[in-house]
Amino acid sequence: MQRILDHPILGPLPEEEKVVIMVDGEPVEARKGEMIAAALIAAGKPYFRKTVKRHEPRSIFCGIGRCTDCVMTVNGIPNVRTCVTAVEDGMVIETQLGSGDWGGKR
Amino acid sequence: MVERDIVVIGSGPAGLCAAIEAAEAGAKVLIVDENAKPGGQLFKQIHKFFGSREHRAGVRGIDIGTLLLKQAEELNIEVWLNTEACGIFDQDKVWVVRDKHTSVTIHAKRIILATGANENAVNFPGWTLPGVMGAGAAQTMINIHRVLPGQKILMIGSGNVGVIVSYQLLQAGAQVKAVVEAAPQLGGYGVHTAKVRRAGVPFYTGHTVLEAKGTDHIESAVVVKLDAAWKPIAGTEFELDVDTICIAAGLTPAVELAFGAGCRSVNSPVLGGLVPWHDETMRTSLSSIYIAGDVSGVEEASTAMEEGRMAGLSAAQSLGYLQEKRYRTRFEAINHNLLALRSGMFGQKRRDAKKAIVAASKG
Ligand SMILES: Cc1cc2nc3c(=O)[nH]c(=O)nc-3n(C[C@H](O)[C@H](O)[C@H](O)COP(=O)(O)OP(=O)(O)OC[C@H]3O[C@@H](n4cnc5c(N)ncnc54)[C@H](O)[C@@H]3O)c2cc1C
Ligand code: FES
Repeated sequence: MQRILDHPILGPLPEEEKVVIMVDGEPVEARKGEMIAAALIAAGKPYFRKTVKRHEPRSIFCGIGRCTDCVMTVNGIPNVRTCVTAVEDGMVIETQLGSGDWGGKR
Repeated sequence: MVERDIVVIGSGPAGLCAAIEAAEAGAKVLIVDENAKPGGQLFKQIHKFFGSREHRAGVRGIDIGTLLLKQAEELNIEVWLNTEACGIFDQDKVWVVRDKHTSVTIHAKRIILATGANENAVNFPGWTLPGVMGAGAAQTMINIHRVLPGQKILMIGSGNVGVIVSYQLLQAGAQVKAVVEAAPQLGGYGVHTAKVRRAGVPFYTGHTVLEAKGTDHIESAVVVKLDAAWKPIAGTEFELDVDTICIAAGLTPAVELAFGAGCRSVNSPVLGGLVPWHDETMRTSLSSIYIAGDVSGVEEASTAMEEGRMAGLSAAQSLGYLQEKRYRTRFEAINHNLLALRSGMFGQKRRDAKKAIVAASKG
């Protein structure tokens, strides 16, 4: 949705190096070291994946790696918990459909 | 196999204090935590603490966290981050996975579990829609990641977590459209509730969320009034324009490792449900395993810290690191603090619940 640039207690958002991640083929700017989920929510991505059977949209729920609602395909590997996985420059992130596609490796 | 005197699982306030107390006594301590940063929930708590006056009330959680990390560093406590504890076997071996791929078994003379708690969910049609999340998730987003999960928030639950996170969402620049509470009365400490009220946020007691609407993301919420039997009253529904619903419906102790190891359980509804049985030194039914903090019953960061100290002290003592006299003095001091924290209107209930756990048979 938006970054909190100024905060009454935490102060201004510290400067941070930028990295670029590819989200469904589009470049998205992220802060170095932040979690993928934070970058995607800041960029306004409405949902991260769709469920296996009913194709329902999902995004974060627990935000701390416990519920697996936020999983996506990251650099070709499905079911990566984006709320506890940090961005890397050039990382390829895809909205995951169902339980994901291992690209024929399995 | 790696060998250590004491392995602490979890680096929240309970785990850090346990490690510090045990290291001060001379034990060789290792802390493991699955996160990339230590501190557990502490660094999300940007508000001043409640609790007893003598007890760091008025200090912000983040500042306490910084202080504890400094102490741990000065004591040369070893910390393995990005390390998930997956199981405990033979009562003294902890199986961990480091950096998501390296499996290590740690042989520990004593294990202290300080794994915290998980947030409870509330189910209603639409609760799985993106934009519906735990209040803790929203708190993590705003205070740790500095990202607003939404602009227009509905909070479910008026307990401390509900009102504290509501206030922090306001501080972060969001609008909090309402706080709904199913019970007929509000649940949080007066100071925190008052701050949210003063900001003009309406509180609806005796209300709940009937439905979250939206297709790819929540677009609105339907709220309804409840009768005395907590049944929705037809005709009282109204719709709120929100893009986020936060659920603050309590926490459940993260007991998986403890029960997997074979610790006996006790049911304590006041403290969040099934918890590992423990005595007042925080030892479980397995003599090499101790617990502290939310995993032993959900309370507050201040009690988690004291319980951590108690567990660290007792574990070190059981390994022969402390003279009886020194142990007694520390034990009395920590116990005194715990009793003070468990007094007053809210504290008494927790004090009684803790007593009941200790009194239950070891099994
Ligand atoms: C949204 C929210 C708001 C809160 N606000 C307040 C407040 O304002 N004041 C207050 O006093 N209390 C508050 N609490 C309660 C809070 O839980 C306690 O204050 C305190 O953080 C509990 O400390 P702890 O050390 O027991 O657990 P935590 O701080 O939760 O720490 C547990 C740690 O263990 C780690 N861990 C768990 N399992 C494993 C594993 N298998 N392997 C490795 N690591 C593991 C976790 O990642 C975590 O870092 C709040 C809780 C929540 C969820
Ligand atoms: S949101 Fe629960 S695991 Fe990521």
